Amino acid sequence: MRDGDAIRIDIYRWIVSGNFSVSIGILIDRLSSVMLIVVTSISSLVFIYSIGYMHGDKGYARFFSYLSLFVFSMLMLVLADNFLLLYFGWEAVGLCSYLLIGFWFEKKSAADAGKKAFIVNRFGDFGFGLGVILIFLTFGSLEYMKVFSGAGAALGQTVNIFGHEVDTITLICLLLFCGAMGKSAQVPLHVWLPDAMEGPTPVSALIHAATMVTAGVYLVARCNPLFSLSSTAMTTVAVVGGTTAVFAATIGLVQNDIKRVIAYSTVSQLGYMFLALGVGAYSAGIFHLYTHAYFKALLFLGSGSVIHAMNNEMNMQKMGGLKKYMPVTYATFMIASLSISGIPGLAGFFSKDEILWRAYLAGEGSGRILWMLATAAAFMTAFYSFRLIFLTFHGSFRGSAEQEHHLHESPAVMTVPLMILAVGALAAGWVGIPPLLLEHGDRIGEFLAPVLGHPAGEGLHSEEMMVMGVSVLVSLAGILAAVIFYIKKRDLPERTASAFKPVYTMLYNKYWADELYEKILVSPVLRMSDKVFLGFFDGRLIEGIVNGIPSFIGSFSRGLRKMQTGLISSYAFMMAAGMLIILGMFFFF
Amino acid sequence: MVPLSWYIVLSAVLFSIGVFGFLVRRNLIMIFLSMELMLNSVNISFVAFSHYLQSMTGQVMVFFVITVAAAEAAIGLAILIVFYKNNPTLNSDEINLLKG
Amino acid sequence: MFETINMKILLPELILICTGLAVILLDLVLRKKETVAFIGVAGALLSAYYNFSLMSLGWSGAVFQNMFVLDGYSSFFKLIFYISLIITIFISLNYIKTERVSSGEYYSLLLFSASGMMIMAGAADFMVLYLGIELMSLSLYILAGIMRERRTSNEAAIKYFFLGAFSSAFLLFGISLTYGLTGTTSIIEVAEALNRLGPAGRNITLIAVIFFVTAFGFKVALVPFHMWAPDVYEGAPTSVTAFMSTGPKAAAFAVMGRVLFYAFGALQLQWSAIIEPLSIVTIAVGSILALSQTNIKRMLAYSAIAHAGYASIGFLPGTQEAFAAMINYLMIYIIVNLGAFAVVVIMRREGIMGEELSDYSGLAKKNPLVAFLMLIFMFSLTGIPPLAGFIGKFYIFMGAVEAGYTKLVIAAVIFSAVSAFFYLRVVVYMYMKEAAEPSVLIVPHSVKLVLAFTSIMAILLGIFPSVLLDFARASLLG
Repeated sequence: MRDGDAIRIDIYRWIVSGNFSVSIGILIDRLSSVMLIVVTSISSLVFIYSIGYMHGDKGYARFFSYLSLFVFSMLMLVLADNFLLLYFGWEAVGLCSYLLIGFWFEKKSAADAGKKAFIVNRFGDFGFGLGVILIFLTFGSLEYMKVFSGAGAALGQTVNIFGHEVDTITLICLLLFCGAMGKSAQVPLHVWLPDAMEGPTPVSALIHAATMVTAGVYLVARCNPLFSLSSTAMTTVAVVGGTTAVFAATIGLVQNDIKRVIAYSTVSQLGYMFLALGVGAYSAGIFHLYTHAYFKALLFLGSGSVIHAMNNEMNMQKMGGLKKYMPVTYATFMIASLSISGIPGLAGFFSKDEILWRAYLAGEGSGRILWMLATAAAFMTAFYSFRLIFLTFHGSFRGSAEQEHHLHESPAVMTVPLMILAVGALAAGWVGIPPLLLEHGDRIGEFLAPVLGHPAGEGLHSEEMMVMGVSVLVSLAGILAAVIFYIKKRDLPERTASAFKPVYTMLYNKYWADELYEKILVSPVLRMSDKVFLGFFDGRLIEGIVNGIPSFIGSFSRGLRKMQTGLISSYAFMMAAGMLIILGMFFFF
Repeated sequence: MVPLSWYIVLSAVLFSIGVFGFLVRRNLIMIFLSMELMLNSVNISFVAFSHYLQSMTGQVMVFFVITVAAAEAAIGLAILIVFYKNNPTLNSDEINLLKG
Repeated sequence: MFETINMKILLPELILICTGLAVILLDLVLRKKETVAFIGVAGALLSAYYNFSLMSLGWSGAVFQNMFVLDGYSSFFKLIFYISLIITIFISLNYIKTERVSSGEYYSLLLFSASGMMIMAGAADFMVLYLGIELMSLSLYILAGIMRERRTSNEAAIKYFFLGAFSSAFLLFGISLTYGLTGTTSIIEVAEALNRLGPAGRNITLIAVIFFVTAFGFKVALVPFHMWAPDVYEGAPTSVTAFMSTGPKAAAFAVMGRVLFYAFGALQLQWSAIIEPLSIVTIAVGSILALSQTNIKRMLAYSAIAHAGYASIGFLPGTQEAFAAMINYLMIYIIVNLGAFAVVVIMRREGIMGEELSDYSGLAKKNPLVAFLMLIFMFSLTGIPPLAGFIGKFYIFMGAVEAGYTKLVIAAVIFSAVSAFFYLRVVVYMYMKEAAEPSVLIVPHSVKLVLAFTSIMAILLGIFPSVLLDFARASLLG
């Protein structure tokens, strides 16, 4: 693998018809091998962890079967050598995700969250599906090789949409990115991911942090030959990514649910990755994906450990002082938080620094704005990560006495995966040390270069030092702020919140995104369906939808039924008449 | 000597009468007989063709048709009798339990 | 004249007929009625074994002065018949006990009917073809009415018998016209004679073709010759309906293909022009009428009509490749359909008819596995990838598109989407409605076997479609 090129194996041809053929084939190149490392390592750790976490749940077997199905689908997604198989994996991971979010379907919130994830993803997947169709129409094939090698020739082609000539490649990229936005929870399709935390915590770690949600990043990176040809698409990716990074981070500042904080942090980090992709630094995006998988999975599994000990309590305001009860969880959690905050030497530092540097290089005007956005997000990341730590592990316990009595460190089957992940969170970044600090240190960038290319742009060493320095300073400032707010002056958060009441409320309510969608999308649709379907079909909504959409076909059908009189002579008449019509067709017309 | 076309026309006319009877008659026995008429009109044409072509195949076919028609009559009448036991009618217009 | 070695070619049919006779006799002496059924299965397996070992030995050929052949074409269809027959016997085991049907004549009639189909598939002469059709049909008339005490069953038999005999008369008329024109009843010789004749007598040949299409259209239930199908399917015992909607339908396609391709190949353009409107009207009527059905057997009857329409699209291009796609489709359809009917059959319990859609309410809670399998069958019938039904439709449509029938295919795809409504309605009932009354659903072991086989095939043929299609192609070649 090290110096070999991509390995492509055609397992078999699924459908062959004329010049159309779909093969079930796998492609292992440097990009998919990085993804493979992430998927397999995280999933095996999560499997082990789940043995402890799900112990005693009545859906134990169901859980593992869904999880295995997920891993299979994710591997299909990563290994596919054509868009159709990718689409299959894409939908299959989505399906597993809905099943696992709604795993405790007796709980209404869990079932609702599953539904929400499903519906929001429909929007993205619809675009993705259209994109795949457009790819087939443009290139006549769905295989990566043929599509990417034909990309140059397709440059300049346009499609006519409602009278506007739109560049084909741009359209394809935007449609694909639409799917990526849904799956990777980018603004404005981010609303499902925080709700997805209703699922069991190992699921959040595996699917909603390390693997499935990064599928969008993988998709864009995989299609880099297409994206690189369209500056519009690239700008869109970068802007959406940058916005999401800041947007989600601000929400993360004030949430109280331990898993939701991490969920918003995930959305924010995914924004980082898209930012990197958008400025053409594909390998930086994948590098961050790779390091993020470790520290974020660790954060989730750690929070799972906390929740396990707290007897399913997720509100951080009811925790505190867990440090002495759960030393291993605390230590590993600390490593992950330092890593995500970008403290030099840890995994997160290297990948985040690379992204910041590439954003900085992206251009005088826009690049600086993106860089500033990302730097601001970095500050917030450090702040909310340590806010979480301090609220949960430091101070005194604020929960009930019963909960306190129950506090304990998790069993080894759960803590060992934490420790292994901690090593990852610590060291995973060492494969991508900037050349500035260590010559030939950016091994992962070099490794991925045959697939993803070298990012454009060269900067001065001094500038690079400055970017790095700022990022470190900002991280430290974030941590320091968290120390002041949550350790030194415990009344400060409340005072700040009341001082900036509107801002606080807005952030606490997540910019009212859910409410907004409720107002402008969900309730009108529901009202409409209420009026249309319930009105006509005496309250049986499902029956109404299933029977009613082609209601005219239905009434037509009832009319046709009258033809079926049940009488032998009319049946025979139909036969004879039918034959006569055919005869007439040939001999009289 | 009667030309072939006469036989064929006779056969076609008989067949049409059979079809017509099948369509307009309401008594199941009469419908059954109309069907027999159709089969036998075909037999006429087979025999006529056989004679015209000086080939035995057509006559062999007639034997088979007659045999099968006999079997068909046996089965058909048996079905009718079973039917009549539960539904004492032979009017085809009253047989419309199954429809739609 | 009488070549002993060639009698072997008839062995598969002879074995099946002898088994049928043995079943009647043994029914009188055997106390345990299941034994009779297993003898039937054994006979079918033996017959299949002989058929395919003859094929693999390369002993295909013709007997009785080329009146009956054993070739790849007939063997493929015979495989369909064997599957249909054996599965029907398995799902009948408990069902006919519930319905109190006497097993001796039931199983022997199934066997006779199946041998009739095999004779149809192997017929190389109109005479044999006619006898095969009649052997199959006469047995089916009785089977449809075998629940003597049930009025719907009586009525089904009456309708099937009268209309069936009506259609036979059309078939005979077509045969007689062809015979008069060509002087022969042998399919190969008819084709040769038509080539010799050239354009002369085209009109009479065309009339003959129309008569044939009418007769075969009746057997495969193409609109407007389909009217019998819903009534008979609903009234007949469910296991017989399962049988009728699969084996005999495939047999009718077998003779239709044999006659149209081999005898009237010269008129391909004309018969394509006849079948083209028939196929789309069939799909439309079948899909639309199925929407408003509440009885699942009746719904599946209309679904069977629609599927006959899809399959007949395979005739249109008139190429071997499209025909291979058609028989591939038929094989997939019968397997999936038998699976669906197996579920319908077990819904019939002592005191519960289980034929209404509402009887499926809450099945997912009562028996999740059965409900899930039914879901697979319904998805497959709808044609949702990657299940087998999708593959069948896909190849049929691709063949037609390549031959230039784009509009037809677009219409067919639209109706295919319409059909999703009635198939998925079953799923909605199973998964989203509460059961009216708690009742247990016992799945007999024989039906479990059938469900396992059919559902595995429905998935496997979807994932590895080329296996079956290559087999179909090879069968057409030799």
